[in-house]
Amino acid sequence: MTKLSPGARVYLGIVFIILYAPIFYLIFYSFNSGGTMNNFESFTLEHYQDVFDDSRLLVILINTVIIALLSGLIATVIGTLGAIGIVSVKNKKMRNSILSLNNVLIVSPDVVIGASFLILFTMIGVKLGFTSVLVSHIAFSIPIVVLMVLPKLLEMNTSLIDAAQDLGASKREVLTRVILPYIKPGIFAGFFMAITYSLDDFAVTFFVTGNGFSTLSVEIYSMARAGITLTVNAISGIVFIATVLIVVGYYFVTNRTKVCNTGVQE
Amino acid sequence: MKSLVQATIAIIVTCALLFFAAHQLEAGGTQGSKDTITVYNWGEYIDPDLIAQFTEETGIKVIYETFDSNEAMMTKVQQGGSAYDIAVPSEYMVEMMKEEDLLIPLDHSKIPNMKNIDPYFLDLAFDPGNKYTIPYFWGTVGIVFNPTMVEEHLTFESWEDLWDPTLEGKVFLVDGAREVMGMGLNSLGESLNAKDDVLLRQATDRLISLSPNIKAIIGDEITPLMINNEATVALTWSGQAADMMWENEDLDFAVPEEGSNLWFDSFVIPKTAANIDGAHAFINFMLDADVSAQNNDYVGYSTPNAAAMELMDPEVIEDERFYPSEELREKLEVYENLGLEWLGKYNEYFLEFKMSLR
Amino acid sequence: MANKAAKGPLFPYIIWIALFVIAPILLVVYYSLLDLNGNFTLANYANFFSSAYLTMTLTSFWYAFLITLFTLIVAYPTAYLLTKTKHKHLWLMFIIIPSWINLLLKTYAFIGIFGLYGPINAFAQSFGIEPTQILFTDFSFIFVAVYIFIPFMIIPIFNALDKLNPTLVYAARDLGANRITTFRRVIFPLTIEGVKSGIQVTFIPALSLFMITRLIAGNQVITLGTAIEQQFLVAQNWGMGSTIAVFLILFMVLIMLFTGQKSKGGRV
Repeated sequence: MTKLSPGARVYLGIVFIILYAPIFYLIFYSFNSGGTMNNFESFTLEHYQDVFDDSRLLVILINTVIIALLSGLIATVIGTLGAIGIVSVKNKKMRNSILSLNNVLIVSPDVVIGASFLILFTMIGVKLGFTSVLVSHIAFSIPIVVLMVLPKLLEMNTSLIDAAQDLGASKREVLTRVILPYIKPGIFAGFFMAITYSLDDFAVTFFVTGNGFSTLSVEIYSMARAGITLTVNAISGIVFIATVLIVVGYYFVTNRTKVCNTGVQE
Repeated sequence: MKSLVQATIAIIVTCALLFFAAHQLEAGGTQGSKDTITVYNWGEYIDPDLIAQFTEETGIKVIYETFDSNEAMMTKVQQGGSAYDIAVPSEYMVEMMKEEDLLIPLDHSKIPNMKNIDPYFLDLAFDPGNKYTIPYFWGTVGIVFNPTMVEEHLTFESWEDLWDPTLEGKVFLVDGAREVMGMGLNSLGESLNAKDDVLLRQATDRLISLSPNIKAIIGDEITPLMINNEATVALTWSGQAADMMWENEDLDFAVPEEGSNLWFDSFVIPKTAANIDGAHAFINFMLDADVSAQNNDYVGYSTPNAAAMELMDPEVIEDERFYPSEELREKLEVYENLGLEWLGKYNEYFLEFKMSLR
Repeated sequence: MANKAAKGPLFPYIIWIALFVIAPILLVVYYSLLDLNGNFTLANYANFFSSAYLTMTLTSFWYAFLITLFTLIVAYPTAYLLTKTKHKHLWLMFIIIPSWINLLLKTYAFIGIFGLYGPINAFAQSFGIEPTQILFTDFSFIFVAVYIFIPFMIIPIFNALDKLNPTLVYAARDLGANRITTFRRVIFPLTIEGVKSGIQVTFIPALSLFMITRLIAGNQVITLGTAIEQQFLVAQNWGMGSTIAVFLILFMVLIMLFTGQKSKGGRV
């Protein structure tokens, strides 16, 4: 491993500062007693208190996380298998048309997706709520998973598969022992991007939700007219800190086990 | 492969735990109530304490859902699939919903507190005899400005002031076809409900001549900008102006004398309602003088509730900027439902104006 | 052989295409043929070829191009340097995490940050530069758009670079290639699939950007996405809105045809 040059460190530093600037800005004002995201008056924790007092908001937050995780997971499974299928299509025209279909939902504005899904669900007679939101989120996350997995599949050396098959591996074994491990980074990328899509979505969720089910995005957007409360900043702050802790914790736990494993093998 | 399986299991377990947590939280709120109503309203447009109080008094649990535009709300009600018992549309949307047969007539005998409403706000053109609506909040469209940052001669008692050359690159408009086109029409001394291509053309040209003064056309984000002294002059709704002035005492609000818009947000019971009695009870509860006064304090918009006004700070209700006298109100017009064809035209002209900004 | 193996797992994906892609497309096409009164018409299509919508199409493409270009310029070196760090996967996660915070909130934060009294102007002032309004300019619009798309561009490039065999680079250097040649002839070609993927997930959604065109650009930039939103939510003209959406989809298909894989593939 080469050490990063000072220039490289500065560059990465700037990128990270920019990425986190708006988030720290939000968190900073979540401690503002003034009630808005301007003019910091004095330090307070009341907005955090409000979050825990508001059980409706907490339920919405939990719903948001459940929808993001579940839709991400299911979209990743379907999308990964879909990508493997797309790569196996030999006809170039056919493959490009499937990819075009794949990207339709990425290019369509949310209102169009939301309105057409709503019509679809009411036509089929699905009760609006958790299920319709979950299904919609899976639906609009699948294309991003495919696009994240595809490059890994395309750069994969096909002789690997040939070798495995020559050695007598079954199709299932080829999939689980050769393909999946190789494209794993793409799969994780797809999952994380699916979560991003799910957490960011407002318009589609708005149209397909109902019967009291709501997500944080819908809640925040509909607050815009009368003013977004700092409770929302506080909730974002909590989510952010929790996410960072989970990610860092998970990273070091899994890495330690990896070290142990290799130790044993050696 | 192992890490993929591990991750999958971790996600499923997390979701299961969260499901359980959400269930516990929800169960905590619903104890001992079978009766529920679903209220569909703008976000932050009601004091949440009042919802709790309503549940306490009546035993009816309230599911509160929010929307961010009248049109989106109507689409949801039209498609069905969710039981909304109460919605809070603006007046032009009331007319549209009526046309589409999306509303259930109110039973006035179940809303005795209707007597609290100032008669001036009852029996309006968009809903004769209040067959379908009870007014919730009302307001105007006008200009919020920062007197410390503009020339002294600009009082914005006339729309003309917006065209003042000293305001180059300083004016913000709200992103609404009706509001901006209405302003253009009003500035020509015409009705903001005009259905006349010649007038709309003139209004658009008049607006295009305003382009050099326009900084941006935005939505609700104007509030933080005005509060922060980032913006000097903005066309906006009175309710939002009140929000801004609450935070920034320098600001002032004026409704130009040529005329402007008078708007209403009203309670309606959409045809998706599943608990019509509950919906009536909720409307009646919200009209109670004490409740309404408290809600007013929270939301900060102008109330049509005369009984509540007696309980409120006189300084608030004597403020002519937000509670204009009847004489002033005479000059204001309520948006009529233009019909989709004219609405489309307003939108096209507005688009033309927006594209002239570059 | 491979073809057969893929049919089973492909099944849910095909169901998805049928239900959530083809069915909505049919709905959108159907609506695009209706006028305000629900009668069949081609007027919406004729209307699209009016100057306003053509201008908007050009604007959308131009800004989508700029956004993609700048995203790539920022993301490629970032991805490259990230692969060189210790704990590179952790750092990659830190690129993703900001995208999980609500976009509207982040946009409000940007309004504050870019503001006249925001931190950037305060910083500039300390160098004696007069405060200027950064909001509602091309710069702020592209900046925030790039901000949104950066993780989408970095990840596929990172994944491509990550597995790049370092011996290839060493070999090139041993054979006398300088840094630039090594990059141009060895590294870049090997990461081309990742770059392509990144460009697709940036350019395609950038065509239909809407919210920040209002919040950050103050409607000075009007894209097809904005127009669709207005048609659906303000004018309530689903016909015209759908027509614009049909054109967006057509444009996307054209892009896919031009950037489609010419390489062999076809195995697995």
